[in-house]
Amino acid sequence: MTAPGDMPADGAPDRDPARDGAQVQIGLRDVELRYGDTLVQRGLSFDIHRGDVFVVMGGSGCGKSTVMRCITGLLEPRAGRVLMQAVSLWELPPGRRTRLMRRNGVMYQSGALWSSMTLAENVALPLEQYTALDAAQIRDIAEYKLALVGLADYGAYYPAEISGGMRKRAGVARAMALDPDTLFFDEPSAGLDPISARRLDELILELRDSLGTTMVVISHDLDSIFAIGDDSVFLDGISKTMLATGNPRRLRDHSDIEQVRAFLNRGRERT
Amino acid sequence: MSAGPAANTHHPPPGAASADFRPDPAESGTSTPAANAQSANAGATGAVIHFAGSWRLERPLPSLDTLRATLQRHGALQQLRFDTSRLADWDSGLAAYVAALQRLCEQQGIHCELDGLPAGLRALLALTGGGQRRNAEEGIAGEHVEESRSTFVRRFGLDIIDLFRSTGEIMAFFGEGVIALRRFLHGRARFRRSELWLIIQESGADALPIVGLVSFLVGMILGYIGDQQLAQFGVRIYVADLVGLGTVIQMGALITAIVMAGRTGAAFAAQIGTMQVNEEIDALRTLGISPMEFLVLPRMLALILMTPLLAIYADLLGILGGAFVGTTIGGLTLTAYLIQTQSAIAWNHIAQGLISATVYGAIVAASGCLRGMQCGRSAAAVGQATTSAVVTAIVFITIAAAVLTILFDAVGLS
Ligand SMILES: Nc1ncnc2c1ncn2[C@@H]1O[C@H](COP(=O)(O)OP(=O)(O)O)[C@@H](O)[C@H]1O
Ligand SMILES: [Mg+2]
Repeated sequence: MTAPGDMPADGAPDRDPARDGAQVQIGLRDVELRYGDTLVQRGLSFDIHRGDVFVVMGGSGCGKSTVMRCITGLLEPRAGRVLMQAVSLWELPPGRRTRLMRRNGVMYQSGALWSSMTLAENVALPLEQYTALDAAQIRDIAEYKLALVGLADYGAYYPAEISGGMRKRAGVARAMALDPDTLFFDEPSAGLDPISARRLDELILELRDSLGTTMVVISHDLDSIFAIGDDSVFLDGISKTMLATGNPRRLRDHSDIEQVRAFLNRGRERT
Repeated sequence: MSAGPAANTHHPPPGAASADFRPDPAESGTSTPAANAQSANAGATGAVIHFAGSWRLERPLPSLDTLRATLQRHGALQQLRFDTSRLADWDSGLAAYVAALQRLCEQQGIHCELDGLPAGLRALLALTGGGQRRNAEEGIAGEHVEESRSTFVRRFGLDIIDLFRSTGEIMAFFGEGVIALRRFLHGRARFRRSELWLIIQESGADALPIVGLVSFLVGMILGYIGDQQLAQFGVRIYVADLVGLGTVIQMGALITAIVMAGRTGAAFAAQIGTMQVNEEIDALRTLGISPMEFLVLPRMLALILMTPLLAIYADLLGILGGAFVGTTIGGLTLTAYLIQTQSAIAWNHIAQGLISATVYGAIVAASGCLRGMQCGRSAAAVGQATTSAVVTAIVFITIAAAVLTILFDAVGLS
């Protein structure tokens, strides 16, 4: 609700006071992102609290995925800091940074399953690389994770053999392989029929409730944003910065920034 | 496209499209029509464009250039109206014409009065936003205009900058490659052994037929040309030396390398490029798995292992091709041919061929993987990566062949 400039440094001012005790999982401090010389976003400062479903919203091409790439360790910010549990991600030496990066799981927009491997192998790979488990244990865990996302019988399928919605679910299973602290979802509902999209939303909530994982969801699907979002940040592609943070339903009804209200009301001004 | 006003049906069969420029009678008030034609030049500030006939895309349409010239001649023009009473039917042919005319008028400070146009056409023009559209999207549109105006010098400069940038990328690629190789030698590289075997099979065993065929044919060609020349001196038996040495020292390795570049290098670029497009590489990176170790290393290893083996096979088939010509056309016995070949070839020749093949294999794998890793994030980029992988490989193979020949000479291997 406030312009980024007058936001207190300790986080989102718009939060429910009852939940202010929640710990900060990820924090951005005046982050600036560019590809080459092209500015994507700047002045990003917000906190993601543990156990929240945090929505990154904004129009297409405004830089939502880029922000995720920065938090997940793929794109170094030009300025500012990314804090993960109070550790500054990009100031760590590469080895320690990758160890911290593995505390995140990412479901990419297209699923991004490794196409030369079956679903079970996709889920198993992180476990093979980073755990001391034997092959049978890994197989069991991979099966369990696939069952969690409703793909119990599909372990032997290749990504090309299943539907888009199933691919995204499998992407979630792989993202959860190492029991991450934070799960990122890049446009989970994009390209899905409404029912599959709703089921993916439900899955996100169920996983959060049962595992306590912090969820960061990139989305411009309003139904989904209002259904699952506890907290959010709104990125603007024209001014190339964040315009608001806070609970998305509250922003829809009470934001005093016109673009934010227009976006959250599908361009219709409701008064 | 919706047809124009339905009222047009009572018009005579539609004639050719036309746009006539006339001075505006309403503007000129009291003047007679005859005087009007005169006064058009003499400071009239309004004019009417009469659209007539059928303005449809499938018919030839008048060019805007004539109208542009007319407008320029009437320098003092301030207002333009339209008359469509003789317009039969229209589609986006007319809409595009009027939109372009609107832009032209805007540049010249002429006001366009759209009232005379059919309502449907006015609605379409409102959609495109007339002349204002460009300003609304200045960012993107502006850049593209810049691009198309690039001069030769500008393009040349950009190419040079690109070259430096890609040199940087290539250096980074090799740096990461060396790190991956070191981790492999320490047994700490992360990649799947099963993937390595699959690549070895695809790049090695599956290439046998094509490498064999090409080598056999090249051996025959060498044999045939050699036989023709040597027969003049009556030393046809030396065709075995010629084919044997040529193949073992250079041709076998070169043929294998070029087949590998087209077959395997291109496939590597396409595989890795597609993974780049699908964010599969990002998914590896976020897990802390280096794509250099996971994807590039097994491909490099596979080709470094398989290219020399394929080159030996190519050597054998090349010699057989030469023997085929030597025994049929040259009238030699197979035994004599093979014994002569054996006596001509020494270990240092074989070593040269094998070292060359190993280097070529590394070049092919590196080119394919490099172009794949550099691939942009679209399907078109994968195609470019593939082409570029083959070109890069062949250029560097040629350079390496020259450098190696000099090197072998310097170390006394030849
Ligand atoms: N790898 C890249 N190189 C250069 N520009 C990029 C790259 N990826 C994205 N962009 C540009 O950055 C901007 C933000 O992209 P992105 O973060 O994907 O947007 P969103 O996810 O919000 O749709 C876009 O204008 C896009 O064209
Ligand atoms: Mg995106």
